[in-house]
Amino acid sequence: MSDASLTSAQSPAQANEAGFGDYFALLKPRVMTLVVFTAFVGLIAAPTAVHPIVGFAAILFIAVGGGASGALNMWWDADIDAVMKRTARRPIPAGKVTGDEAFAIGMTLTAFSVVMLALATNFVAAGLLAFTIFFYVVIYTMWLKRWTPQNIVIGGAAGAFPPMIGWAAATGGISVESVLMFALIFMWTPPHFWALALFTKMDYDNAEVPMLTVTHGRPSTRRHILVYTVLLAALAIGLGFTSIGGPLYLAVALYLNARFLKGAVEIWRRDETMAEADKYLAERRFFKASLLYLFAHFGAIAAEALLTSLGWGLW
Amino acid sequence: MALSRQHEMHKRRFSRNLGLGLVLVAFVALVFGLTIAKVSDDNFAMPTEEEAS
Repeated sequence: MSDASLTSAQSPAQANEAGFGDYFALLKPRVMTLVVFTAFVGLIAAPTAVHPIVGFAAILFIAVGGGASGALNMWWDADIDAVMKRTARRPIPAGKVTGDEAFAIGMTLTAFSVVMLALATNFVAAGLLAFTIFFYVVIYTMWLKRWTPQNIVIGGAAGAFPPMIGWAAATGGISVESVLMFALIFMWTPPHFWALALFTKMDYDNAEVPMLTVTHGRPSTRRHILVYTVLLAALAIGLGFTSIGGPLYLAVALYLNARFLKGAVEIWRRDETMAEADKYLAERRFFKASLLYLFAHFGAIAAEALLTSLGWGLW
Repeated sequence: MALSRQHEMHKRRFSRNLGLGLVLVAFVALVFGLTIAKVSDDNFAMPTEEEAS
């Protein structure tokens, strides 16, 4: 290499060369926080004690598996990401990482996370993790997302698996409690994303993703949010009466579901004129509240597990 | 300009290499920790000669 090659202006490829953070961004770190947290709660809520290092490794490999599916999702959806404002700065549309690199990283991390989870814990947990990645990448990303307005409803299942995997890592199996934790996230996902779709409608329009707002209209989306929130509330409160629930969880669930239902009714009663007048304030508030909703419910399950381990559990 | 001068591109490559290096070191430490956790488990038993063959 000559001096000249260093002193001359960088080529576009060099100027856009990815740093470590760009590769990390492929793993969707924000989604990963939800995966880590819910998988952790599934693990500690389980009635079987796990060695702390094994527990840590299990959560880490579940997170890596989640990250791998994020990278594969970005590989497949690069065309959609490029036209949506919310996703245009992701590493592939930004030109930092190539699609092939994302695919290679995604596939490698998938194999790595599943094999390591099997070695660290058991085959049930590893099998569930493999199925989750398959479901998210093939069933949701490649098939449902561009085909049906129910994409979020069915695709939401992928994000709902982590507490089940955490539970399976500890117990080696599946139970009513772990299925209920799955159902809680599964029912929470549609109202969460439909609220987002209400105030980012143009994005999904431009990308030609058949979101409910695009295919069925906004009044229908508002009705859907209300119906799902009612079902979610029944499920969330019902979970309080199982072995992983308790009075603390029930108090949190009653308060948050009352607030969430109020928000859903507010969204249902509004029309576009009202929403545009205050720049979708109620929809934005509902979306923000939905994040707290999920973290608080799983936080309460974790707190109940802690109380039980201290001998203070009431049921 | 001397070849040794630190270019912005080199910094980015260094951050990438350092990141990967740290991830690998952490992985080695984790596998070591897992091994210790597994062999100190009450249910751990060395495989018999028949199982090993």
